[in-house]
Amino acid sequence: METVTIFERLQQRFGDNMLEVALKPPGLFAVIKPEALLDICRYLRDDPDVAMDCLSNQTGVDRKDCVEVVYHLFSYRLRHEAVLKVRLPRESPAVPTVEHIWKSANWMEREIFDLLGVTFDGHSDMRRILMPEDWPGFPLRKDFVEPAEYHGISTVRESPILRLDKKK
Amino acid sequence: MPLLNTLPDYVLTTKTDEMINWMRKSSIWYMLFGLACCAIELMHTGGPRSDIERFGATPRASARQSDLMIIAGTLTLKMALRTRLLYDQMPDPKYVISMGSCSNCGGLFQLAYSVCDGVDKILPVDVYVPGCPPRPEALTEGLLKLQEKIMAERWLARERAVELPAQA
Repeated sequence: METVTIFERLQQRFGDNMLEVALKPPGLFAVIKPEALLDICRYLRDDPDVAMDCLSNQTGVDRKDCVEVVYHLFSYRLRHEAVLKVRLPRESPAVPTVEHIWKSANWMEREIFDLLGVTFDGHSDMRRILMPEDWPGFPLRKDFVEPAEYHGISTVRESPILRLDKKK
Repeated sequence: MPLLNTLPDYVLTTKTDEMINWMRKSSIWYMLFGLACCAIELMHTGGPRSDIERFGATPRASARQSDLMIIAGTLTLKMALRTRLLYDQMPDPKYVISMGSCSNCGGLFQLAYSVCDGVDKILPVDVYVPGCPPRPEALTEGLLKLQEKIMAERWLARERAVELPAQA
């Protein structure tokens, strides 16, 4: 099935919860309301005509005015794909987990939490996955300020190009 | 010298320091420890083609039985604390080879928020091996340089030329 057709079906079914549908390639995506995320995801996985059996990628983006969580869905059975997005407020962003729908979401949601600070409600193990437990802040936020040192190891570094300039 | 002429042919004379150092340099046990892609090249160096074991260096899986730590790969801040812990577990005298651009200065990733730019920020380094990654020949050269360094050490208090590093 064409991605456009999938989005048309979604609009028929969840009309009010679809905020924006971009239909021009390469930006084929649908922005949905966070409240409707679980319903839409369950429909996409369980409907035999759509059968999205794989959450192939899940990422987060800091858009400065909001934080986006992006779901890349793929159907191995029917060989089609679709991209869903939810937009969340930058202050305390939270969205329901899709871990019980696609198991692969577990680590990807932990990564988004680790790097962007999005909390996934209902997640079975919501803690950092890559950065140390005591790391301050969320490094992929646009306003992240790097700490000057970490456990006594300075993180301040001079560019080698600047160092060469000084030598001249 | 009259004494030499009185000894039979199978008796050799040497200095105690040189004897000790010759034995030490011929059995450098390096820790089985790799951080990133340089570790692949480290494995090659121990493999049959370049065979670092002909110089007496063999991998050892425990820090408590190792003489040498080869920092092979990008050192992240999270790993830096653990690396320091492993180094502290090694018995004296201990040596460190910094292998590749990343552990020398942070390399390609030195501007990343999570990377410790240079292992010399947390450990005293004996030999720096340049390259990204260094070829097995380069690492072997690094080991030979370390052997030279070991041969220059003096252990008899009367004529100790090289000061041992102060323990933290």
